[in-house]
Formats: sequence, C-alpha cells, structure tokens
Amino acid sequence: MAQALQIVVCAGIVPDPLQTLEPVSGPNGPALKNEMVLPAVLDPWAACALYEAAQLAAKNPGSKLWLVSLGPKAKLQQVMMTVGQKAPFELVAIDGPIGGFPDAHATAAALAEAIAALPGLDRERLLFFGGWESATRGAGVTLQLVGERLGITDQFQGVDQITLRDDGSFEVLERVEGGRHQVSVCAGMPAVLGWATGNLAEPRNNPQIGMANMRGILPALQKAKRVELAANGLSYVSVSLPKQQRETRVEKNMTPDEIARELAAWIGAE
Amino acid sequence: MSGPAMAADATASGSVADPDSSEVPEVDRATMEVDIACVGFGPAMGGFLTTLTNEWMEHPDDPAFASKVAPGMPLQVLCYERADDIAAGVSGIVTSARGIRSSFPNLDTADIPMAAPVAEERVLYLMDPIGASRRSFVLRVGDALLRGLGGLLGVKDDAYELPWTPGFLHKHGGLLLSMGQFNQWVGSQLMATGLVQIWPGTPVSMPIFAGKTGKERFSVQGIRLADQGVDRTGAPTDGFMAGMDVHAPLTVVDDGPVGAVGQTLDRRLGMPPGHAQNEWALGMKMVIELPEGSPLKPGTVWHTFGFPEPEIFGFLYVHPDRLASVGIFVPSWLGDPSRTAYRTLQHYMQHPALWRYLKDGTLRSWGAKSLQESGKHGEPFLTGDGFARIGEGSGSTNMLTNSGVDEAWTTGVQLADAVVELLRADKSFTQENLSATYVARRRVSSLEREAEEAKNARNGFHGGLVRGMIGMALAGLTHGKLSLGGTIPTAREQIHPFSPRKIPGVKAQEAELLAEDARVGGRPLHDALMSARGWPEIEFDGRLLVTQQDALLMGGKVQAMPGFADHVVFRDAHLCAVCAEKTCVSMCSGQAITQTADGAIAFEREKCVHCGACLWNCAHTPVGGHTNIDFRAGAGGLHSVEN
Repeated sequence: MAQALQIVVCAGIVPDPLQTLEPVSGPNGPALKNEMVLPAVLDPWAACALYEAAQLAAKNPGSKLWLVSLGPKAKLQQVMMTVGQKAPFELVAIDGPIGGFPDAHATAAALAEAIAALPGLDRERLLFFGGWESATRGAGVTLQLVGERLGITDQFQGVDQITLRDDGSFEVLERVEGGRHQVSVCAGMPAVLGWATGNLAEPRNNPQIGMANMRGILPALQKAKRVELAANGLSYVSVSLPKQQRETRVEKNMTPDEIARELAAWIGAE
Repeated sequence: MSGPAMAADATASGSVADPDSSEVPEVDRATMEVDIACVGFGPAMGGFLTTLTNEWMEHPDDPAFASKVAPGMPLQVLCYERADDIAAGVSGIVTSARGIRSSFPNLDTADIPMAAPVAEERVLYLMDPIGASRRSFVLRVGDALLRGLGGLLGVKDDAYELPWTPGFLHKHGGLLLSMGQFNQWVGSQLMATGLVQIWPGTPVSMPIFAGKTGKERFSVQGIRLADQGVDRTGAPTDGFMAGMDVHAPLTVVDDGPVGAVGQTLDRRLGMPPGHAQNEWALGMKMVIELPEGSPLKPGTVWHTFGFPEPEIFGFLYVHPDRLASVGIFVPSWLGDPSRTAYRTLQHYMQHPALWRYLKDGTLRSWGAKSLQESGKHGEPFLTGDGFARIGEGSGSTNMLTNSGVDEAWTTGVQLADAVVELLRADKSFTQENLSATYVARRRVSSLEREAEEAKNARNGFHGGLVRGMIGMALAGLTHGKLSLGGTIPTAREQIHPFSPRKIPGVKAQEAELLAEDARVGGRPLHDALMSARGWPEIEFDGRLLVTQQDALLMGGKVQAMPGFADHVVFRDAHLCAVCAEKTCVSMCSGQAITQTADGAIAFEREKCVHCGACLWNCAHTPVGGHTNIDFRAGAGGLHSVEN
C-alpha cells in the first residue's frame, strides 16, 4: 500500500574524483589545490541515496522529497544543472565552504537547522537519507550527527535496500563484513538511512525533469543562507591522499591471456 | 553567402546534399517549446548569452524579453552541451581578446583561473636534432647554414628565434586562457543571472526541419536531443528514453567543427558556391606543471615550426602557478603516411629547446580537438529560417593570425545584438531578418575584413613549408591583397596512400615487411614506420612521458555515460577492412579506434575524447562526397577542466 512519505536527502558536493587532487596547507588549515577550479559532483554515496529516495517517492504518490546541500553557491548551481535532470526534488541550498575539512559537528548543526526549518515537515514521518561515507575528507559521521540533532535514534548505515511494509514498518538491508547483508525491521519512521550504493543505476538525464526542477532550484540558490562553520578546536596533524600505485610497462610480445594471468597474480599478491 | 536560398545552386555546383535524415525511426517523443534553443557551449555561445543577458538585465521590463511560447513567462533560453561539464572544453588559447574585453570592460585576469596577460612572444624555428623528420633539400640546406652560423645567429638548443615577426602574429594586450576554465567562468556568471539555462551532458542529435520539400526543407524548427537507453547501434534497450524534441523559433548552432547539428545542416543545405571545408588540423596538448624553480614567467608565448615535421606548428604558453600548455597542430596537409599526433607530441616536447624547461615536469591534463582550418573558405550558410550559426563551425577562425576564440566570441556577440534588435522590432527569425541583422553586422565588422585578408594565407602549405611561409607572409604583409594561389584538395585527397617505395629513409622491402607485420598483428602501422625512419622509442618516465592510455586516464580523465549509441560509425565495414592506410586509427587521439588482426576496425566509445579527427582522416567515400565515417552526437569525453 502506497503511503505519502517525507524524505530528506543530505548530499554535499565534492571535487570530481577523476580530477588531479593535491592537498595543500592554507591559512585556514588544509585544503585542496585549486579546489574551486575543479568541477564538482554530488557526493557519490549521497547521490545513490538521492536516486533511491526519488524512486521511493515515485512509488508512493503524494510523497515529498527535499535535497539539502551545503557548499559554495556557485558550485552548487553548476552541479544542480546535472543532478537536476536526474530526479525531481526540492532543493534547500546552504551557502558554505567546500570540502570535507570543516568540523563535522559544525556541518551537522547547519544542516540540522536547515532541515528543522523546512515548512510542512513532519519529523515523526521523516526518512532521512544520505551517504554512509563521503568522497570528501569527511569523517563519515555527519549524517549520524544530524540525525541525533533531529532526535532520530533509529539509524542504519551501509544501506543497500529498503522495503516499506503496509503496516508502516520497513525492512532494511545493511552491509556487514564478508559481503553479506544484515536484515533489520524497523517499526516505523523516523529513521536515518546512510546509503551504500543501493541497487539503482544512475538515472538518465531527463530534460523535462530538469526544467521542472529548475523552477525551484534557482530561487533556492538565490535565497541560500550563508553559514560559517566553526573549527570547534579541530586541527589536522597531516593530510595526504590515499596511496595510489601506478606502474607503466610496455609489453609488445605478450598475449592478452598472458597479460591477464600476470594481472591476476599481481592482484592476488597485493 | 548568408542563407540557404542558394542551396539549390550550391548542390548543383557539386556540393554534397543531405542524403536526408528520414532514416531516423519514428517513436513517441516528448516535446518542449522554448524561445531560443542553443546547441553547444563554447566561446561563441558564451559571447551570445553574455550579450543577451547583459541587455536583458539592463532592461528587465522590456517586453522584448517576454516569452512568446510561454505567455506570462520571461524569454525561455536553453542551451544544451554535449560534454558532462561546461568546463570540459579543450584548446590552447592565446587570444587578442578584443571581443572578450569589449564584453567585460572591467575584466580582471585574476578572476579567471589559469588566465594571464600576454607578456612575451617568441617565434622559434626548430631544427631536427634527431635526423628523422621529412625535410626537403631546401630546409636541409637552411638547417646546415643555421648550424654553421649558429654562434653569430644565436642558435641555441637546435632552435633559431626569428629576430623579427610580423605584426599579424602578435597578440600584444591579449590573454592566455584555459578553454575549460574560461568556459566555466563565463558559464557560472550566466547561470547566476537565472535568465538562461545551460544543461551539460545533453547531446543534440540533429536539427528538426520543417519539412522535406520546398522551402520547408531548409527551415529549422528546433532540435532533437540524443536518445538514451539504447545499445551501441542505437536500438532501444531497458530504460529507453527517446530524445526530446525542443521546438524553438530560433536555434543557435555553436556545436563546433564536427558537431552533429552543424554537419546535418551542411549536408542538407550544401555549402555556398566556392566554399568547402577541406583543411583541418588536430590540435593536441598537455598541461604541464613545470618543475620547481622554472624560469618561465606567466604570459610567455612561444610559437614554433619545423619540428617534429616541417608542417607541424607547436606552442608553449605559460599560465600562472607554474602551469604550461604545450601542444602541436597536425594538419590535414601533412604528407606523411605515418600521420599521428600523440607520439609526435612526445617527440615535440623532447626537443632540446623545450625539454630544457619541461624536463622533470608533471602531466596535469591532456586533450585534443579538431580545428576547422579553412577559415573564410569554410564558412557555411550562416542563417536560414529559424537558425543561425556562430563560432568555429561558422568559419570564423582566422587562419593568418592562428586565432579563433575571440573571433568565435565576437560572432556570438553579433548574433545577440541582432536577436535583441529583432525581438524589439517584434520580427520573426526568418532567414531574411537574420541575414539583415546578424550577417549584416558580421559583414561590416573587422572580423570579416580580417577573415578576407586571411582566407588565402595558407594556400602555399600544400606545396611545402617554405612555400607556405612565403604565402603567409605575403598575405599578412599586404593585408590579403597578394597571396599564393592554389587548389585545395579535399581532406580525404590529402591523405597520402601508403606506398612501400615512398617512405623516406625506409627501404621498400622493409616497409612491406612492417606493413605485413602490422596487418597480421592488428597493430597500426604508423608507429612501426616512425621507428623505422629513425624516431627513437619514447622512454616513459611515468610523470610526463606516459603511454597514450595513461594520458587518457591521468590527463584526460575520459569517461562515457552508458546508455548512448556509438557516435563513431563506420558506414561500410568492408571498405575499412581493405583500407591500406587506416589513418583513422593512427590519428585517433584516444586510441578509441583500433584495428583487429583480420583488418576490421573497432570503436570503443569509452576511450573517445570527441576530437572528431576520424571524420576527416578517412580516405574512402562509399556514397557521394561523405567519407566512410559518421561522427554523430554522443555523450562523454574529456573530464579534465584544465585544458
């Protein structure tokens, strides 16, 4: 049985992971070199949450979907031109610093404040979605902190699937060690769901959805509230990129099968 | 020639008529009505939308900016860009920036990442320190003289700096730009106005014509977006979404020299009499982080010629923050059966005059694009009922000054001024009205005067470097009054057939063996031929000298969204299998086109950077004048924004 849902998705923006990322030290702590120059995308895990939320809302007529995003207004605008074509939502934009170096507590406070102020939001019926991790330098705890500030105690992380039941309860599949899922049943909303990848492919760019979203996106960006995120005593000892191993070797005489065998052996040895 | 009213004449005079796009299957499509539909977001579209929105913001209550298709709404202006981000353009830009500065009178270069004012310009003739390039007797004598008199003439690192360069090559007061960053800067400002919408990741497959006969055959009613949820051949699969039809009284076309909409218009309308797009070049470049302590200052501009092959021009531009753009242009008139770009670029970078500064540098970005090098000769019909063309695809590039970005920008400004005039006069976007406003502005502008002066400047290059340089100097110094004559063959005719007896420095028997080895091994021949001619193997350092595939991954960040059809299509597979040259393979910037052991040709969309080189590097024509390769609308490509 369909039920009108209220879903809030928290999704930040991150530098396109394909770009060359280089940590640097700035006057305000660590940053990425030329970060404002780099194109941004919706945080990949949170993007999965958005697509899952959009499908859930589509299956349940009368549902409402908000996308809450904190980042530099100009960058948010650029990202929304792509994301806005993929799923219908109402944007709540918060004009703040880019990146994952700000304190997670300060970020969570700004997000929780914006969500609490959403007109017509019934917190008792809220499904609060986001990514269980982040492609930024985030600690991966912002979602939980926002949930706690909103008073939501049922929290699930690494979610790949949610199934709503007619009695208002729902079943959740969470990733656990060993490539397995833990199955939980929650009596009802509100709940926090930190999504892993889910099961949906990235939606196609749909110009009609884009045009419909744009009516709300532009005003939301224009009235985006500026926030400063306090450091709260947070300091970084060091910053480095995940180690990458890249070796180039030119092979002209090996067959594809030989190359495949060597690669498999190399992967197995790592 | 401004409009397709002459199309019948053009077709009769031998230009290629559109074989018609009636083969497109009819499916139910969503439709949308807008006032102005724009195709492609490049510098010309930046100029168009910036000028339009500036005028709009100055007169927000002007009824001219009210929508006609959506009463009560403001003008609906939508721009569709193929690339996944508006910053994913590629070009090495040094520009006079006259038009750009006119649009932004208070322009602060520091506002645009990677931009720098031009500070120093040099033109270097590069000799061949390896001895592998195809040099004529005249050039070899010249090189010997330069080397002999090196001490007196200041020859250093096998390079001779010209003591004087003509004014037409100078960009004093101009700018060095990154195309990606410039587009992003312009686009951000446009989107912030809220007046226009720019949608990336949305390829446009074709214009929508009003009909198939009579005048309606040349009348454009909007655009069709590419189908999604299809297989490689375009057949619907799960999640099929037919591309939307966007109807508009005016379609503005700025999809560059190889764009699907521009190509379709050219096929349908033909070219104006005497016009043809025969000359092309592939520009390929790297953005390099220079080593610590580099003495090169931001704003430094080097133009080079003579190496790796005499016909190849190169450049080095220095941006702020120790970044440099280094690249080459491989022209269609390069009479070399080993025509290729990537390996050539690596040899270029290692010339002693450049390597002195680039050694120990790091690759940050890489990219490639086709350049339409016919200039004024390649100008298509600029307007028709319901459409206007701007930018490089409209033949705006100046072939004498080697510049196209500011010229493209200016065509966009001119069209915007014309559109505002027509909106205020409440006139429709007919060919006649667009011609009287946009084309008229273009014809009386300095852009047109300079294009006329430049139009024959390159003729001489089809007779060699020396003749080409003389022709350029003649045209430049006399403002186009004098130039060398010449018949320009079509691009496919400029491809030199592979002949084992005509490979410089390689015996016929060896060339035949190499060709057979390449055929059996399914490998492109150009690499083996270059090595046989004496070009040394590239010693990869993993930082700057990397394999072509590493350049795709590290520099281009190439990606392709699933669900789109292949945009490179081989029309007759048998022709490809028996083709001896396979220039499409050797010139493919991303190694997306490869040959198999049985001689067949394969295309991998995931590697394609959408440079379009395959379009003009095919020597075969199964039907009419169209080569055996179709280059259609497609998604994906470069994701680097530092190009």
